Amino acid sequence: MTSRYDSIFLDRVARAIVPVVQIFAFYVITHGHYSPGGGFQGGVILAASIILLRISTGEESFERFPRQAGIGLAGVGALLFALLGFLPLLFGGAFLEYGMAIPGMDPVTLRYWGIFFAELFIGFLVWGALVAIYDALTTGGVD
Amino acid sequence: MRILAVVLMALLGGALAWGAQGLPPRGDPGSPASSHEGVSVHYIENAYAESRTPNMVTAVLADYRGFDTFGEAVVVVTAAVACLLILLRSGAPAGGASTGAGGGAPGRRKEPS
Repeated sequence: MTSRYDSIFLDRVARAIVPVVQIFAFYVITHGHYSPGGGFQGGVILAASIILLRISTGEESFERFPRQAGIGLAGVGALLFALLGFLPLLFGGAFLEYGMAIPGMDPVTLRYWGIFFAELFIGFLVWGALVAIYDALTTGGVD
Repeated sequence: MRILAVVLMALLGGALAWGAQGLPPRGDPGSPASSHEGVSVHYIENAYAESRTPNMVTAVLADYRGFDTFGEAVVVVTAAVACLLILLRSGAPAGGASTGAGGGAPGRRKEPS
């Protein structure tokens, strides 16, 4: 069972760092268009922030990020990515060929936003999956 | 059952190795991926015009080869689900499991090493 280290420094520093880490993670996800980064990397940073909370605040972190949220987030991210990819198939396009899904809009703009949402969903997916793996490894079960 | 799994894995590995014989040599300038008629040059020249994304790595990853990325994402979720299935116990007392599904995890805690 994850237990709390009785250190006020660890506790306070972790509480101060975690929001900054999460904002940086969303920066990495959304800035994937312009610089190295993207969904996988940003998702890993988001998972690292939750794992830091798990290590430093112990049981309290399960109130902020419940045990079931990890695998749920991963499943929802995968489902949204799948819907995003398979939606154009209904309109006769290929996988992720957004130009067919919304005929009125500029295909280049659609691809721009398609990349953004694909990265966002991948970020959620990796976030949830890694936290779920960490929880399974450390707690060994739902009790 | 275990022998069947080993045979299946060996067949799969053999099929992959056999398929890899058809790949072009590493760094071959005439291979379809790197020749001027191939996809690499098309990506480099047209990635910004076609997707308005300056980082062409992202454009290739999330758009041109989005189906491959979808497969990677599904692999991540599959890994998480497999971890949960192997490691999570549903509250049954140890040793009293009636099915072999959880047999891979004999104890809830890691052995101190």
